[in-house]
Amino acid sequence: MIPLSHYLILSAILFSIAIAGIFLNRKNLVLILVCIELMLLAVNTNFIAFSHYLGDLAGQVFVFFILTVAAAEAAIGLAILITVFRNRRSINIDDLDELKG
Amino acid sequence: MTFTAFLFYFFAVLQVFVAISLITVKNPVHSVLLLVVTFFCGSVLWMLLEMEFLSIVLVLVYVGAVMVLFLFVVMMLDINLTEMRAGFVRYFAIGVPIALALAGLMVWVLDGKLFQVEGPPPRPEGYSNVDELGSVLYTDYFYSFELAAVVLLVAMVAAITLTFRRRPGTRRQDPAQQIKVRREERVRLVKMKSESRS
Amino acid sequence: MESIYLMIPLAPLIGSIVAGLFGARIGRKGAHRVTITGVAIAFLGSLLAFKHIVLDHAGAYNATVYQWALSGGTGFQVGFLIDSLTTLMMVVVTFVSLMVHVYTIGYMAHDEENWPEDSRAGINSYQRFFSYISLFTFSMLMLVMANNFMQLFFGWEAVGLVSYLLIGFWSTRDSAVYANLKAFLVNRVGDFGFLLGIATVLMYFGSLDYHTVFAHVEQVEGQTITLFGDHAWSVLTVACLLLFVGAMGKSAQIPLHVWLPDSMEGPTPISALIHAATMVTAGIFMVARMSPLFEHSEVALSFVLVIGALTSFLMGLVGIVQNDIKRVVAYSTLSQLGYMTVGLGASAYAASIFHLMTHAFFKALLFLAAGSVIIAMHHVQDIRKMGGLKKYMPITYWTSLIGSLALIGFPGFAGFFSKDSIIEAVQLSHIPGSGFAYWMVLLGVFVTAFYSFRMFFLVFHTEERMDEHTRSHLKESPWVVTVPLIALAVPSVLAGYLIDPVVVGDYFKGVITVAHEHEAIHHMREHFEGAWAMIQHGLVAPPFWLAMSGLGLAWFIYTRKPEIADMAARRFSWLYDLLMNKYGFDDFNERVFARGSLAIGNFLSRFGDQKLIEGIVNGSARLVGGVAAVTRYLQSGLLYHYSFVMILGLLGFLGWFVLRG
Repeated sequence: MIPLSHYLILSAILFSIAIAGIFLNRKNLVLILVCIELMLLAVNTNFIAFSHYLGDLAGQVFVFFILTVAAAEAAIGLAILITVFRNRRSINIDDLDELKG
Repeated sequence: MTFTAFLFYFFAVLQVFVAISLITVKNPVHSVLLLVVTFFCGSVLWMLLEMEFLSIVLVLVYVGAVMVLFLFVVMMLDINLTEMRAGFVRYFAIGVPIALALAGLMVWVLDGKLFQVEGPPPRPEGYSNVDELGSVLYTDYFYSFELAAVVLLVAMVAAITLTFRRRPGTRRQDPAQQIKVRREERVRLVKMKSESRS
Repeated sequence: MESIYLMIPLAPLIGSIVAGLFGARIGRKGAHRVTITGVAIAFLGSLLAFKHIVLDHAGAYNATVYQWALSGGTGFQVGFLIDSLTTLMMVVVTFVSLMVHVYTIGYMAHDEENWPEDSRAGINSYQRFFSYISLFTFSMLMLVMANNFMQLFFGWEAVGLVSYLLIGFWSTRDSAVYANLKAFLVNRVGDFGFLLGIATVLMYFGSLDYHTVFAHVEQVEGQTITLFGDHAWSVLTVACLLLFVGAMGKSAQIPLHVWLPDSMEGPTPISALIHAATMVTAGIFMVARMSPLFEHSEVALSFVLVIGALTSFLMGLVGIVQNDIKRVVAYSTLSQLGYMTVGLGASAYAASIFHLMTHAFFKALLFLAAGSVIIAMHHVQDIRKMGGLKKYMPITYWTSLIGSLALIGFPGFAGFFSKDSIIEAVQLSHIPGSGFAYWMVLLGVFVTAFYSFRMFFLVFHTEERMDEHTRSHLKESPWVVTVPLIALAVPSVLAGYLIDPVVVGDYFKGVITVAHEHEAIHHMREHFEGAWAMIQHGLVAPPFWLAMSGLGLAWFIYTRKPEIADMAARRFSWLYDLLMNKYGFDDFNERVFARGSLAIGNFLSRFGDQKLIEGIVNGSARLVGGVAAVTRYLQSGLLYHYSFVMILGLLGFLGWFVLRG
């Protein structure tokens, strides 16, 4: 049988990969949004695993809502991405440094 | 090992592998497609955990709607691919150890005795995950449910507000103007002598 | 009677305010009328007070007029102490002030000539002058009528201020401005000592009220104060010495005398009023008032004696070589103030006050006469350019003669009685230093006679040395000038006969305290046989012979053989230069104090201010700027940098939590 820890470890690994993806990526704004989705997936897996192993429905309900909100956030994130692209004609992060001190 | 275990390990490894490639490919479209594969693996894993409803929802809603949306947008952006190929490896040296450290730390914690919980007893006949979820969702979590709906509405409005633009030169109808029109502006009666046939 | 006492200082004050603030509106006539009225009221009030207190034997009046402040248990009041000493001073001050006010009408009549065309200060200068001299009268009256140290100090400072304003009255002249600054600064040094003295009194007596302080002198007598290491000084000695430092500044004793000759930059009326008759006598008055304190400190009295003696002789010598008519009289004033100080040191306070009174009359007379000469000579002041003015200005001539005879102590004139009283008191005194002082004042008589009549002969006799244009305009001054001269000549002759009761009588009984061991005055009192006997005795005494020889020598040299003077100047050039250089006091002050202060200021400005403070202040700003310039590279604006830092933070946090427990 697969113990709980395996699922949690998997979730942790996915999460770290997603984080690495955010700061290793210098060229691609889309990749940031993708990595966010991946992080959410990892977290969802975590919740589902706990819900199953501890027999608590709250985990599933939480995942339900996370999916909802993640969808909303993806939509808005993409809208922002489009707007940035329309104004700067580039999704290269190196070009987006106007807030530098 | 049982079939379940094999499925778990297979899809878990696949998921990790695809995730790693996802962050290393140059083309963003490829990244999104690989993300879709990751979600599929995730869906299988959730099915193994007997969460059928959410597993299907993940595929139908999340992959089917949200990822498709991603793909639409990414393909719509006119991205200069040649630029994408430049300098990735330089920052590898500092970034990867950090990520490994993070992962290692978390794994080390999660591998402890506390988390070695064995699975629950098998479910009885007629157990429906959907039923279970529904009975709780519309009663205990009803308020959150309504709020989630509002969130989606707000997100929709926000997305439209951000990106909507009128293109100059297109023609549209303006019903408000159409109703306000008066007869005098459109029709003019002219009295004319009828011409005789000659 | 109280309201009269209040009116005495207030009338001149009101006159001053009206003339000062509304001078432009009321014009010249209005200004001098209102101020003269004010001072006349003060004079009449003083006479009434004199009559009441002295002639009707009403006893001293000591009351608080107004409680100004209460601070930590010490009260500061405005109050009056009116006794025989006060009334004497009041009468003298108001009389001389009234004479000077009237005189000024004539002297300042053409004052507009003294200002450059575009000068703003020159507008309404006439009214401003009257306002100032009335203000001075008010300040001096407040000083003499005070019944506590605070009011005394107020009056002290106020007369110093008005003196500053008046010396620099012609403020467009550089020399006047330098002179008034010098006067104020030197006075300040004296005031510093004065204030320390007042503080000592407050500390050990617990009160600033005269009555309280004098009543507790016996209790404080034995106490000592430790200063400068382990040396224990008697408190009374320290207090008296410090108070005397103030008197040295105000009454121009060596070494704080340097301001008085320069104060001649001011118009002559104020030289007469302030720097001869009244302000400079404030120090003498103060010491006499403090006689209960001084009598218990032989050290202080010795110090007073020595300083006074040095001043009287040395300043007289300088007067011999002066060529400006006002400077001669100024050095004469310095010398006579030295005499008064010597009298104080010999515990003959009454004699000093008496000399103060007679000196006020004849010195004011001499100054005003000098002013009359200056007017006639169209503001030429060099006596080498005068001569033979006797036939042109008879009234001025005769009043000057009376003043000069009074000054040298010719028997029968006022100065004789007061001066000889002092000389005799010093001779009889046993206070340490009195022997030295006696020789100084005695030789000073010769010197006084010499310089006085040198000036007299050079101005009024000898051949006429002025240019033709000036000579054709020579005439006697108008009545507003000559009437005060005559009015002052009268007391210059007659005031001396007041020696009994003032000096040898009971005039100052209860007011001036003389200890039993300082028996000079007691001795004189016992041996006094009347004014006429004193004159007879004086005709055969050394001072008379010295005075006559001084007069005779001056007559001989300057009317008969002037070349002797030039030859003496060449033969004794070392002495001549020393006297011309005023013993180097001015040079010393300039080099040590003025340039020293400037050097310290420069040093502090360069190192203290520029390097240190700007180093610290600007340096810290630059440090912050520098650090900021480096730190701002953390804000790269790039998203992945920010997220990286976040992750590092997260890692750190997580690691700490996990590895800790």
